[in-house]
Parts: sequence; C-alpha cells; structure tokens
Amino acid sequence: MNAAGFPLLTLLTFLPLVGAAFILTLRGEDKVVAENARWTALWTSLIVFALSLILWFKFDKADAGFQFVEQLDWLSEFGITYHVGVDGISVLFILLSTLLTPICILASWDAIQMRVREYMVAFLVLETMMVGMFAALDFIVFYVFFEGVLIPMFLIIGVWGHSRRVYASFKFFLYTLLGSVLMLLAILLLWYRAGTTDIPTLFEHAIPASLQTWIFLAFFASFAVKVPMWPFHTWLPDAHVEAPTAGSVILAGVLLKMGAYGFLRFSIPMLPQASADFAPFIYVLSIVAVVYTSLVALAQENMKKLIAYSSVAHMGIVTLGIFTFTVQGLSGALFQMLSHGIVSGALFLCVGILYDRVHSLEIARYGGVAKIMPAYALIFMLFTMASVALPGLAGFPGELLVIVAAWKVNPTVALGAALGMILGAAYMLYLYRRVAFGKVTKQDLFSLMDMSPREHLVFAPLVVLALWMGVYPHSFLSFFEASVTALVQRHEAALGAARLAGM
Amino acid sequence: MFVGAVFFPLLGAIIAGLFGRWIGDKAAQFVTITCMVLAAICGVTLFFQVALGHSPQTVELLTFVDVGTFEVSWALRYDTLSAVMVGMVTFISTLIHIYSVGYMSHDPSKARFFAYLSLFTFMMLMLVTADNLVQLFFGWEGVGLASYLLIGFWYEKDSACNAAMKAFIVNRVGDLFFMLGLALTFWTFGSVEFSTIFGSIEQHREATFAGYPAYEVIGVLLFLGACGKSAQLGLHTWLPDAMEGPTPVSALIHAATMVTAGVFLMARMSPVLEYAPVALAIITVVGASTALFAATIGCVQNDIKRVIAYSTCSQLGYMFFAVGVGAYQGAIFHLFTHAFFKALLFLGAGSVIHAMSDEQDIRRMGGIWKKIPMTYALFWIGSLALAGVPLFAGYYSKDFMIEAAFAGHGWTAKYAWFCGMAAALLTAFYSWRLIIVTFHGEPRADHHTMEHVHESPPVMLLPLVVLGLGAVFAGAVFYPYFVGHDWAEFWNGAIVNAPHNHIMHDVHEVPSWVPLAPTAVGLTGILLAYIMYMFVPSIPGKLASTFHAIYLFLLNKWYFDELYDAIFVRPTRALARMLWQKVDAGVIDGVPNGAATLAVEASQGAVRIQTGRVANYAFVMIAGLAVFVTLLVFGAAR
Repeated sequence: MNAAGFPLLTLLTFLPLVGAAFILTLRGEDKVVAENARWTALWTSLIVFALSLILWFKFDKADAGFQFVEQLDWLSEFGITYHVGVDGISVLFILLSTLLTPICILASWDAIQMRVREYMVAFLVLETMMVGMFAALDFIVFYVFFEGVLIPMFLIIGVWGHSRRVYASFKFFLYTLLGSVLMLLAILLLWYRAGTTDIPTLFEHAIPASLQTWIFLAFFASFAVKVPMWPFHTWLPDAHVEAPTAGSVILAGVLLKMGAYGFLRFSIPMLPQASADFAPFIYVLSIVAVVYTSLVALAQENMKKLIAYSSVAHMGIVTLGIFTFTVQGLSGALFQMLSHGIVSGALFLCVGILYDRVHSLEIARYGGVAKIMPAYALIFMLFTMASVALPGLAGFPGELLVIVAAWKVNPTVALGAALGMILGAAYMLYLYRRVAFGKVTKQDLFSLMDMSPREHLVFAPLVVLALWMGVYPHSFLSFFEASVTALVQRHEAALGAARLAGM
Repeated sequence: MFVGAVFFPLLGAIIAGLFGRWIGDKAAQFVTITCMVLAAICGVTLFFQVALGHSPQTVELLTFVDVGTFEVSWALRYDTLSAVMVGMVTFISTLIHIYSVGYMSHDPSKARFFAYLSLFTFMMLMLVTADNLVQLFFGWEGVGLASYLLIGFWYEKDSACNAAMKAFIVNRVGDLFFMLGLALTFWTFGSVEFSTIFGSIEQHREATFAGYPAYEVIGVLLFLGACGKSAQLGLHTWLPDAMEGPTPVSALIHAATMVTAGVFLMARMSPVLEYAPVALAIITVVGASTALFAATIGCVQNDIKRVIAYSTCSQLGYMFFAVGVGAYQGAIFHLFTHAFFKALLFLGAGSVIHAMSDEQDIRRMGGIWKKIPMTYALFWIGSLALAGVPLFAGYYSKDFMIEAAFAGHGWTAKYAWFCGMAAALLTAFYSWRLIIVTFHGEPRADHHTMEHVHESPPVMLLPLVVLGLGAVFAGAVFYPYFVGHDWAEFWNGAIVNAPHNHIMHDVHEVPSWVPLAPTAVGLTGILLAYIMYMFVPSIPGKLASTFHAIYLFLLNKWYFDELYDAIFVRPTRALARMLWQKVDAGVIDGVPNGAATLAVEASQGAVRIQTGRVANYAFVMIAGLAVFVTLLVFGAAR
C-alpha cells in the first residue's frame, strides 16, 4: 500500500482531531481541566510528530512521484476521491507543521490562562488542517483543508489575541476568504473541463493558453493574499500584532507557506504558459515586496510588526525563486520557506518571551536586555543573524540559491533581491540594538528572569535546526531535488510544446 | 592537522561562549588560549609543510549544497596562499589572546570576549582556507559577525552599538556585490569551486555579460565586495568608528587580519583578474586614492587609535594598487609584514591607553616616554617598520609595491606610484607626529593620571616583544620567498601571473633611484614631524589657522560621514516612515478599510428591509429556495 505499511498520512491528519475530541470530553474543576488539556494536547502533538518522522526516514528521495499515497472512494460520481500523498515538495512541510505544533503548545503553557481547553482544541484542529492541506492530492480535499485552516486561526486571534483582536481577526479572515472564493471558481472550472479534481490527473490535462490566464488570475488572487505578496500584505502585520505568541508562530511558520505552496503545486505544473507569461509581473511584485517592506520594517516601533514586515520581505524572495523556473530557484524558494518557518517562528517566540514578562510589544519599552538575560540575548542574536541570512545559519542557503537563479533570469532582479541583504541587516540589527543593547533605563527590567527550563526546551529544537540547516542544508535540499527537477523539466517541455504548436 | 588548525579555535569559542559562566573566567581564558596555541602549532607547521615544502592539499569535509549543477562543499584548500594566511592568522591571534589576558583583566565579561576572539579566528581561517566562493563568503560574513560583536562588546555604550551596526551594514553593501559576483561566476564557469574556475580560465575568456567581458564584470563586482571588508575609499567609513571596540580587537581584526580579507580575495582570484585589465585599472586607482586619502586624514586626527586606523586604511590602499598593477605577491607580502607591525602598533597603543587610565586623546598625553620605556621602544620599532625605514619589515614590502607601481604600465600605474610616494611621506610624518605628541613634551594629563602611568604587565609585553621581532625581521627573512629570487617556486601556482604579465620580473629592473626614493621621502617625513612637533611646536597651530578650511576638511574626514548621512541614511529613514504611514497604512490599507466602511453603510441601508414581520421573511425564504432549486436542477444538468 505504501512505504509505511499503514495509512500514515491519514493518521497524521486525523490523530490531532482525536486528541481534540478527547480534550472536549474533559470535565471537572477549571484548573484540573486546563492542566489535563495541556498535557493531552502536548502528548497528542508529540505522538503525531514522532509518527511524522517516518516520512523523514522512509521517504524515497530518488522518486519524483507521490509517495505514501492513499486513495479512497468519496464522491466518486463527481470524480472526487479522498486522495493523499506526498512528494519532495510537500513532505518537509508536513514535518514543519508537526514540529511547530508541539512547540507552540509548549510555548503557550503559562501564557494562556483563559479557556485553555478550547485553545488546545483549536491548535489540534489547526494541525489537522495544515497536515491535511499539505498531504491532499485532490483539489476538493485540498480546498476543504485550505479553508479549514482559517477557522481555528480566526478563533485563536479573535479569542486569545490582544486589544484589537476582533478587527485583526476579521481582516485576516475576509482577506483570505475573498481570494479563496475566486480559487473555488477556478477549481469548479477545472472540474467542469476535466471531470475530475484529482491533482495528478490534472497535471496531465492540457489547458488552452487563453483559459490558463484566467485560471492563473483566480489562483493568484488566493495565493498572493496568503503569501502575502505586496500589495496584499496589510492583513499580516495586524494579524501578527494581535495574535497570541503561538498564533504568530504558526501563522508565520506554516500559514504563510500555503500560498507559495499553492503556486508550486498548482499554478506552475497546471498552468505553465500563464505562469511564464506572468513571471515578469511576479518579479516586480517580489522585488517591491523585498525593498518596500524592508523599508517599512525599518520604521516600525512594534517588535511584532517589524518581524511581520520582514516576513513579507522574505516571502518576496520565495515567490521570486519560484518563478525563475530553475532548479536552483525552486529549491532555494522551498528551502527559504522551511528556514523562514523555523527562523521567523523562533523570532516570534523571542518576542513572546519578553511579552510574557513585560506585557508590551513596544520596542522603546525595552533596552539593555542583554545585560539582564544573557541566555536570551544569545538565542535572540542567533535568530536575528539567521534572519539576515548569515552564512552558516538557516537563512542563507535559500537566499543564495534564489539570488543565483535570479541572476540567470535577470541581473536587475537579482540586484533587487540582494538589496534585501542590506536592508534586512539594517532593520534586524536596529531592532536588536534597541531591545538588547544599550543601558538599562527602565528600572523594572532589572527584575526580569532569564529563560526558564521550559523556554529552553521550546527553543532547543529550533536552535538545532537553524544551525543544521545552515551548515548542512544538503540533507534538506536532497528531499526536493527529484521532484523539483521533474517539475522544471515538465515546465520546459510544456512551454516547448506550446511554442511548437504556435509556430 | 589540516582540520585542527581551523577547528581548534571554534572549539575554544564554543567552550568559552556557552559554558563560560559555569567554568569561570580563568578556565575560559585557559581553554581558548590552549586551543589557539594548538591551532598556531598546526598553522605554523603547515606553513612550512605546504608553503616551503610545496605540497598543496585539499581536505573535503561535507557536501554543503548540491542543486542541479550548483555544487558546493565544505572543504579546506591548502596552497601557499592559504598556508601563508593560516600561519600568520593563528600566530598573531595567539599573541593577541595572550595580550588580552592583561588588557581585559578589569573587564567583567572576559569569557565572552575570549569566545568572540576565538570565533573570529575560526571564521578568518575558514575564509582563507575556502575551496570555493560560497565557503569564502561564509568566512567573510562570519568575520563580519565577529567584528560586529566585538565592536559592540561594550554594548552599554551608545557609540559602540552604533559603530557595530555601521560596520555590519556598510560591510553588507560590499557583500551585496560579492553575492552578485558569485552569481555571475557561477553562470560563467558553471561552478564556484576554485579548482574548476582556474582550470577553465582559457575556455571562458570570450564569455560576455550584457556586452561586457564577463571577467571584467566579475572582477569589478568582487572588488566592490572587497572594498567593503577592506575599507577602501567610499566604503571605508566603518573602520575608524570600529575603534570603539577593545584595543586587542582593533589589533587583530581591524589591522592584522580581517580587513586584509579583501586583498586576499583579490589574490585568490588572480587567475580571473589577470584577464580583466579594466577591473585591474579600477582597483589600482581606487587603491592608490585610498592610500593617499587616508594618509591625509591620519595627519590631523587626535585619537591615538584613529590615527592608526587611518594608517591601516592607507596601507590597505597600497596593497590594492599592488594587486591592480599585477603584483599580487607584493600585496600579500605587505599584508604579511603589515600584520606584524600594525598589530604591534595597536597593541602598543593599547599599552599606552592602559597606562593612561583609558585616555585615548593624544592632546592629553605627552611626557610619558621615560615612564613606559618598553612600550616606547616597541612603538618606535613599529613606526620604523610602517614608515619603511631600511632593514625593517615594511621597507621590503612597501618599497616593492612602490617599485611595482613604477614598473607597471599605463597611467593608472603612474598615478599609483605618485600616490604611493606622497602617502609614504605622510605616513612617516603622521607616525612621528603620533610618537612625539604621545610620548614627548610636557605632560598634559592631569596629575592623578600621571601618577598612575605604569609599564604594562609581562603578559602584555611578551606578545609585543614577539611582534616587535616580527616587525624587524619578517621582511628580510621572507623577502626571497615572497617576491625575491624564489617567488615562482614558493607560490607554486597559488597566485597566477598571466603570460603577458612580467611585473615580477620588471620590478627588479627599475632605475636605481626608484628604490631609494621611498626611503628618502620617508626620512623627509620623519624630519618634518620633528621640526613641526619637537623643535618649532608653533607651526602646526599656525598652519591650521592659516589653512583653516583644509584643516577642517581633513579633521572631519573629508565629510564622508556627513555626506552619507545626508544622501543615504536620512532619506532612507524618511522614505521608510513615509512608506509605512502614508502608503501602507494610508493607501494599501485604506482601500479594504474603505470598502468595509462602505459595506457597513450599505448594510445600514439594508437594515430597513428587516421589518420584523414573519411573513416577509417567509416570503423571501421561499423565493430563495425556489432560485436555489432551479439552479441545482438545471444548472447541474447543464
């Protein structure tokens, strides 16, 4: 049946729901329920993570096709089946999701004191949706999970967020939903033409160039908002600022990857002609994202907003890499997505550590933290440097590959992307300087405690990954290689065929 | 041994950095210094084995990236060029570690300091042993990080934080071009590994990029990268500010090793540069201009460390124009000797500062030479070497470069020769100005400070003495190997001179007055300094008031900082604020928020439809159901 010998992906997808259901049955005193909910959620997510490691070890890196495939009849009269599987492009994102969930649960251990049970349920449901989305091989299944992610996230921001949480959660929800509606129309159109929503089947289905344009635009509406690409990014800073720490971590770590994943999974293989036609347009938006949002980040006075804007800039590198249609560019983009998941997640956790102690996100509220919390300063420095793509840390290989690939396409584009190197260093170091360096002027900061053992535990896996991805990126890049090469070849073949037909 | 030379410092850095708080300062110092000594033993042995024994070697460690045709490994490349650098870096770094034990003895965070120093050494070693451009870039950025951390070591001082940020960001400007140069190299040669690149130089000579020869563009891009790290004109502004760091740092990073990385890169890429004449011409002009420009500023500065910093900047300019005229060997030779005497000068300055209770302004020194005779003598040796007085180290390397400029072709080489001569005069002048004002004359410090003036402890003097020996002998001993009779055998192909480049030969054929000229000029400079500051001390003040504009211009460092502040820093900040508050919050966010307001208003209108009468609702519901069913039945049937 598949390499695992049992329906692994289905188990990974729905096991968190079982945990969630269990938590819902908890009864008793509030305190006891909260404690039990935390432990149940943690164990569930840890078991899921342990199971997902099977993917790491059993995945056949030489095979470009889908693995661990499961297919069940669902709505077969409409050509819709429950079809899941992973290839080199999606497999590591499942691992990213299953890794970040327990980290988030652990990070929320003391920070969330209100409605703990519901919070943990929301996170487990969110995990189901994320894993299901990356595993889906049927468009309808994908769409269900893709949209399903919104619900728990909407609640996490709206219920456990900060003061303007309702505004932010609605903005987040409406923005992303609006794009998705257009995507649904495009899916219906594809289904209408091909009679199926099975993704591997649709790859083989040629779509006329004129239609490709429209479908591309519909997909673009959904994915560009999710990425988010400039100028559809303004929901992100608000959502981040208002979300609780763990919400921000998942938002930056996994949810932002959904849009780029969508481009990779659907737009490029299914719409090669339109993707090539729109590539210059995407370059421009990506470069604007890199330069513009980096500049805006420079002016921020709120820590979370600053990191949120930096996320937009980093995702600009990702979209740029994807649309170079080169092996280096695509691999670099995928790597950047993973590393950004780790690094920006960790940066939001760093902010969370300060917020839990001082309850302020204003940069001016801090200063001289390095003196009081040396261990924290070290970790914050590590991820700051990873964020500015210091070689040897996670941020670098992706950016390097994308810039190299971009040079091939257009040196001006590469220059634009590389400008992010300077600006990125400027805003991150400026942030670090204002928070960690300088004299301690706020007397109450002297009473801050350095990181607790639990907090060390939260960061440990992220620190290891940030170094590992920086020093030995090959172990991650080798997952993509076969699938990306196949994708690039198919893309070039499709364009070649279209050119022949045109002549 | 190959691996040990590079990785011992990393081991020391990790132990001291992560466990420094538990094992204590003493243990942290002991561990880092032990590791450095081990690395130095390996490094110096390797220098003899690889460079003098002619046995280059490459040690493969790990695959870094292998995507499509883009293959990069972690590997240590040992040829003569790397071996010279590894030997020099480990040796000097060890001395500076030892010196720091004394210099930092009153600092509360010693473990952190030693961890940073060792980390820096590791990164520098990775840089010089890199086997490809990506690994070189790893070391390149790594030393940038270490430099950032060390400049900002006293992070409670605002000036130190700002200087650290400035250093990192200005370096990043150079790195941007490095990165682009790397990309172009890859697309030209299909690889970023040195052995592959150098092996296919001939094949790709006709390659073009946007109409220009690709080699020229690569050369210029990498040179711009080198400008950042090596503080060449335009991107030099971070170096003087970097003197905010502790003095041993200035000696190690901002004089002896890191800032020379750019020169190293140029020498490493010599096979490509040899076929990029325009790029070489640009390098010559920028290098020569930097040499002169920095020397002019060095003449009027009043901070002891800044004077030496500008002198470093100027000497780096020399190295660059030597590269530009094709005498890479001469540039590396000067890099090598310069490391000794510049580290000596900085550490000597550190001793002075230490003695003067952390005073750095030479106007508040004076009259201390009898109280710290050892430091004074060593300062003299360093200055003699710097000024290129015969028999001292700098004489051999500096004269060689000036002669190379004379022997070089074209107006750029002539320009370099002129700048080199003028800068030699100024170098000697500001060096003796520094000595006289710092050590001689009436004591200008307050009584309290003067009472505390004391010679440094042996742990600080010992490294100074060793460096002093280097400053005396490094030139004479190594001259035959680096640029003299045995150069071809010594370099063993690590640096390539193309068949059309005869500079290494021509240098020895210049007219007999040319080798004498720099010495004569240097002695003139020393004499001038004696006249102006020792015998007739009223002259400098008169000159400053007569040529007030020029004096201010020099004192304010040609107004580079002010210029950059006006054309880069402030506009960027204003633009950032404008983009955020006007464009982002105003326009981009305004559209959906406006739409939302519109929707609210529309719905308020719609509220009137909600009459509250059940019948109305029922009617609407039934109508809706009808529409829905119709769509379902007919729509689905199509």
